[in-house]
Amino acid sequence: MQTNFTTDQLQDPDTASSNAVLRTCVHCGFCTATCPTFVLLGDELDSPRGRIYLIKDMLETGRPATEEVVRHVDRCLTCLSCMTTCPSGVNYMHLVDHARTYIAETYRRPLAERWLRTILGLVLPRPHLFRLALKGAGLTRPIGKLVRGDTMLANRLRAMLSLAPAKVPPASPVETPRVYPAEGPRKARVALMTGCAQQVLMPRINEATIRLLTRLGVEVVVAKGAGCCGALNHHNGQHDSAMALAGANIDAWSRESAGEGLDAVVINASGCGTTVKDYGFMFRNEPEPRRSRAEQISGLTLDITQFLTRFGYAPSRPPPGLTVAYHSACSLQHGQRVTAEPKALLAAAGFRVVEPKEPHLCCGSAGTYNLLQPVIAGQLKERKLENLKATGPDLISAGNIGCITQLSGAGLPVVHTVELLDWMAGGPPPPGIPG
Amino acid sequence: MIRQPDPKPDVMRRRDSIVAGLRKLLPESGVIAEPLRLKPYETDGLTAYRQVPLAVALPETTEQVAAILRFCHQNGVRIVPRGAGTSLSGGALPLEDGIVLGMMRMKKILDIDFADRCATVQAGVTNIGITNAVSANNFFYAPDPSSQLACMIGGNVGMNSGGPHCLKYGVTANNLLGLKIVTIEGEIIDIGGAHLDSAGYDWLGLLTGSEGQLAVVTEVTVRILHGPEGARAMLAAFKSNEIAGAAVDAIISSGVIPVALEFMDRPAIHACEEFAHAGYPLDAEAMLIIEVEGSVTEQDILLEKLSDICRRFDPISIRVSQSPEESLAIWKGRKAAFGAVGRISPDYLCMDGTIPTSRLPEVLRRTQEMAAAVNLQVANIFHAGDGNLHPLIMYDANDPASLHKAEVLGADLLKLCVEVGGCLTGEHGVGVEKRDLMHVQFEPHELEQQRRIKSAFDPEWLLNPSKVFPLAEPAVAAAVLPQAA
Repeated sequence: MQTNFTTDQLQDPDTASSNAVLRTCVHCGFCTATCPTFVLLGDELDSPRGRIYLIKDMLETGRPATEEVVRHVDRCLTCLSCMTTCPSGVNYMHLVDHARTYIAETYRRPLAERWLRTILGLVLPRPHLFRLALKGAGLTRPIGKLVRGDTMLANRLRAMLSLAPAKVPPASPVETPRVYPAEGPRKARVALMTGCAQQVLMPRINEATIRLLTRLGVEVVVAKGAGCCGALNHHNGQHDSAMALAGANIDAWSRESAGEGLDAVVINASGCGTTVKDYGFMFRNEPEPRRSRAEQISGLTLDITQFLTRFGYAPSRPPPGLTVAYHSACSLQHGQRVTAEPKALLAAAGFRVVEPKEPHLCCGSAGTYNLLQPVIAGQLKERKLENLKATGPDLISAGNIGCITQLSGAGLPVVHTVELLDWMAGGPPPPGIPG
Repeated sequence: MIRQPDPKPDVMRRRDSIVAGLRKLLPESGVIAEPLRLKPYETDGLTAYRQVPLAVALPETTEQVAAILRFCHQNGVRIVPRGAGTSLSGGALPLEDGIVLGMMRMKKILDIDFADRCATVQAGVTNIGITNAVSANNFFYAPDPSSQLACMIGGNVGMNSGGPHCLKYGVTANNLLGLKIVTIEGEIIDIGGAHLDSAGYDWLGLLTGSEGQLAVVTEVTVRILHGPEGARAMLAAFKSNEIAGAAVDAIISSGVIPVALEFMDRPAIHACEEFAHAGYPLDAEAMLIIEVEGSVTEQDILLEKLSDICRRFDPISIRVSQSPEESLAIWKGRKAAFGAVGRISPDYLCMDGTIPTSRLPEVLRRTQEMAAAVNLQVANIFHAGDGNLHPLIMYDANDPASLHKAEVLGADLLKLCVEVGGCLTGEHGVGVEKRDLMHVQFEPHELEQQRRIKSAFDPEWLLNPSKVFPLAEPAVAAAVLPQAA
């Protein structure tokens, strides 16, 4: 597609990358068909191609972002379904990341919105703050029923209170930095990203991962200094805090890699995995040695199901006779293009695996999207649950904490894939599994 | 560069009141009028041409479409209907003084009747959406344009779209049973129905391929077919475009009609392989995708016959797909071909000429010669069995001279198609792209007759007026509106 950037504008490395992305797009429109917001709203402006056009115009003219552009960019889930569909190989993720930073720098959101975004960006990446906030929300949860009206504020309040669990699980000891030795001879050594929101909402996912890996003969390192991947800030255009969080992880894992060595950085929250695999790009303009270290860490990063597929997995229990509806998290299927591995592992573990209709469509969770765009997120959630339930499963499994939270509480147990794999390899059954 | 008609000054002056009038007819999100939000509607799949419209209207019901058309008719406002905006001929290129009537919110499946093998859907349902709605019962909708994932059935009717499997099953016109249309006056009319062949004159035939110039289609009843017992694809690789073209001619003239017979040349093979990982022969100059259907025995016999014919043309390789997954990957690459060319060139013009298959070798050779003479790269991906060519002329839109060169070559290639006894368009429509070449195909009086038909439906030329006919010609006085409507 034609672009109109001046030579001066192209001196800026971010603009130069975005120009390259835009030049790859031929405006064929295939992406519109698999975009959840286009499917729901039926407006070019709420499709990837429309957003690409809005962003192109904003960047070319160099004018501050306006409400109209922000409205449509904000509605993007960053599910990256468009990237799976795009025959031309347009890197929409990098383009929209740039647009979000540009918006954060040039657009002044209404006060309440600014506060909300700042608070989310501060609280979610910090487990102790997030745990406190959830406990507070849990107490005020009944108020949710009293919030009336159809304003954005009312919708967001209701969404936040409904997502807060009634009971916040106690902090798990497994996230404290340390080394978990392999059972028997050590066959591999990996760093586990323990993440931020996931360890507060469902500490049992990291526990299951560590149990399973060490039992298989893998030494698991929870590295000192590693924490949130930075994705939440990154997707809200909070560039500096995203880079700081990412930088801390890169430093922590590089130390481990240079020390006793790492065969992989294993991630069990696929939203984080997509971002960590992109560290190499995020740090492309940073000075050495950070640039190459970021690239090295991205290269080492594997989703837990990718690692298990390569390393080898076998169950030790007899097949449980359960049907699992596998929900493919967008960050896993579109962001990382990991599609076959989780299903193959679940089948190898002895489950009957079924897939819903429209597997490519997002469930509406999408990081903080269900808090910021509750109406669209709610519609996608209903659609996803309906499709999942139609497969007649005993339970749902997914590889990302956001989806698990979004789909929980609708009558079917929703668990992380790794919990099922751990169970069948000798671990405890995840809570709520029909027995 | 394509010329756009001059906007009507009085319409431009009344812009605000026109927008206000539209807002009374549609919910708030259904009217777009802010300049920044209009910009993404300025073009479709043919990005060389762009025009920001006066406004965009997004109706959800036939009644809303009727209200909009009635309003536009009363106020002398031009209308450009638009489906998914995937047109490669600029069929949905807006007008400065016209509204874009976007049909993408009309996406309801209204009725599926397996006993009578038909389905009725709103115009904004995607082509693949029809097949998806009936596939659980092993039915499908046959015409399968490569953009079928995104393109909408209303647009398919407007352009009489084809696709690889049309070699066996025919194009849109052959699979249509009924239409609900809205006239420019806002009258809602049903044509045809769930039965084969409509009563009276063949209005369906007239409306199909009329490029949104006669009426706006809001509902479509199509024939759905029971899926074949089985299907298998085969790849045959050749040493030149000309040889592969000769193989196509030999297949068609032998009387064996495969269900699809597609052609891809070297640049296309490489671009698509990178996206689809289908195992295309990267050492070939040209490749044919040949698909057969039926029972396993039937497939075996047909594949053997087709392989025998291909072997007469010194093939580099012949490979028969061994699994449904393999066939799926082969088709995934083919269907994504135009987009995949975005990997090797920032922009392209996609031509759509159709020729008698016996002339394929000659036209393919001359295409390469003509492109080489002006130093442009061309990728060929097309429905060979139908003789429906799609030379994709690659250019760089950031270099105006390159676009001009591509336009001239495109026109010359289409003239070549007409010269060998073919026509300007097989399935993409004339749109704005081939408008000025219509005189190559038709004598002035022939164009005049066709204009009269347009005038009979739309005397003031408000419906998609700047397409299909060369702009310079004077408008024709209205004929009488046909009674059958």
